[in-house]
This record gives sequence, C-alpha cells and structure tokens, in this order.
Amino acid sequence: MFGIPSNVPSSVFDELWRLQQEVDELFGSWSSPLGIRSLPRGSFPAVNVGQTPERVDVYLFAPGIDPKSLDISIQQNLLTVSGKRELGTEDTAAYYRQERFSGEFRRVISLPEDLDPERVQAKYVDGIVQIAVQRRESARPRQIEIH
Amino acid sequence: MATHTEVTRRGSSSATQQASGQAQQRAQGAEAPIRPPVDIWEDKDGITLCADMPGVSKDRLNLRIDGNNLVVEGQVRLELPENAEALYADVRSSLYRRTFSLSGELESGKIEASLKNGVLTVRIPKRAELRPRRIEVQAS
Repeated sequence: MFGIPSNVPSSVFDELWRLQQEVDELFGSWSSPLGIRSLPRGSFPAVNVGQTPERVDVYLFAPGIDPKSLDISIQQNLLTVSGKRELGTEDTAAYYRQERFSGEFRRVISLPEDLDPERVQAKYVDGIVQIAVQRRESARPRQIEIH
Repeated sequence: MATHTEVTRRGSSSATQQASGQAQQRAQGAEAPIRPPVDIWEDKDGITLCADMPGVSKDRLNLRIDGNNLVVEGQVRLELPENAEALYADVRSSLYRRTFSLSGELESGKIEASLKNGVLTVRIPKRAELRPRRIEVQAS
C-alpha cells in the first residue's frame, strides 16, 4: 500500500553508483594490478610517486599536519609513513559538513627495488610531504645471460 | 597567512558561466578539477569553511565571489624533476575547484581567508543587524 515507487530519486543514485563501479573497473584495467598494500581511493593521505633514473620522489598530500609528528621509515623498498591529524570541533558551532579526515593514518608504499635507504630526504611544503630517495649507483640495467 | 578576498566577476547566471567554463576546459583539453573536502560550521557571528588543498601556495589560490557564489580554486604545484615519470598517482589533477552558494544574510564583502600548510580557512561573517537575537518569552 505504501510501497516505494520504482522511479524514486534513489534509483538514480543506484544508477550513478553502478556507473562509478564500471568507471573504476575500467580505470583499474588500464593501470597495473592492485598493490597488495594499496588503500582504496580517497584514503588519507593521497600519494603520488614519480621516478627518474637517479631517484624516486614520493608525495603525500597531507595538509594541516605537524610534520614533526610524522613517522617516516624505509626498509628495503618499503616506505612506511604514519602520523595523525586531529581536527578539533567547536563546541558551540553547528556543523554542516565534516568531510576532512581526522585521526591516525598509515600508508605503506612499495617502491622500486634499487633504492639507497641511506640517502633519503623529506620536507613539508604547502601541505605536501615530499620524500626523495636516491637510487643506488650500482643499479644499472642488468644483462641476463642464458646458461 | 594570506588574506585574500577579491571579486573578479559578477553578473550573468552562474549556471551559464559554469557551462561555458566546462566547454572551454574541454576545448583546451584541461583536466577535471578535484573537489577539495571541506568542513563547514556556523556560530552566532558567521560561517567558517575549511578546505584541504595540499600543494596550493598563496599565489596559486583564487578565492572569489561570483554573483551569489563563493568559488574556491587553487593550482597544485609539485616540485618535480624535469625528466620524472609517474609510477603511481592517487591525485590525477592539479586543479582544485568547488563552489558554494551564499545566502543574503552573509556579508560577502567582509570575507577573510588564510592558507596554512595546504589548509584554506575562510570566514564569512553575518551582517551585524541580522545576527540572531534571542527572543524572550514573557511570562504572563
């Protein structure tokens, strides 16, 4: 008697959601397989990684943090970054949106194998943590012989 | 800390401007902007908006009033070596943009903004004469 008609707006959102899934799958098929330690899109902080023959640059989009509270470590080719961003709330205010991440975070990023963990530099500029790791000089393209 | 409030455009409906802006973007092959996540709250004197815009410096932030809308825009700058190639990218655009419609009791001419470590904070005061008054209920 009070059944929900089939054309209520929510079905539009279902359709959009389905479309989003398809787009995700499409993009997924273009890029490399899913990293075993990767986090879903939209996780905090977002990460970009770039490389040159000399070094690998990792960019963490982590606005509004205290860079001293970050814990950055590198073991072999695994870079681990953890920290927290606690956003206080105003007691007397009425909130309309709270979309920004608040809490503890941790990201583990697999980097190329030929890095020198002794030569790492990190800085924090405009809310981006930039970590530059130099590659080992001995790491040249290897010739593989067939015996 | 930057205090940066400017009015660059006014007039024609924002919908048309947005549509023409999008068409222009497609024509230039420009990237789709990122919607920065925001916190918005209201107290008795006004509304505060905080937006995460990492990578945006003061000179690449564009905050403007467009008709009745507040437009937040910023360009990301990464320090990339010249011959860098991408290995992985969560962030695939270098432009942030988000638009908020304001209402009449807000004093758009007195907006103040600051940018620190990639977090934009915008304070929009209410018109003094329109701040809520507490209405006393008279006991009979």
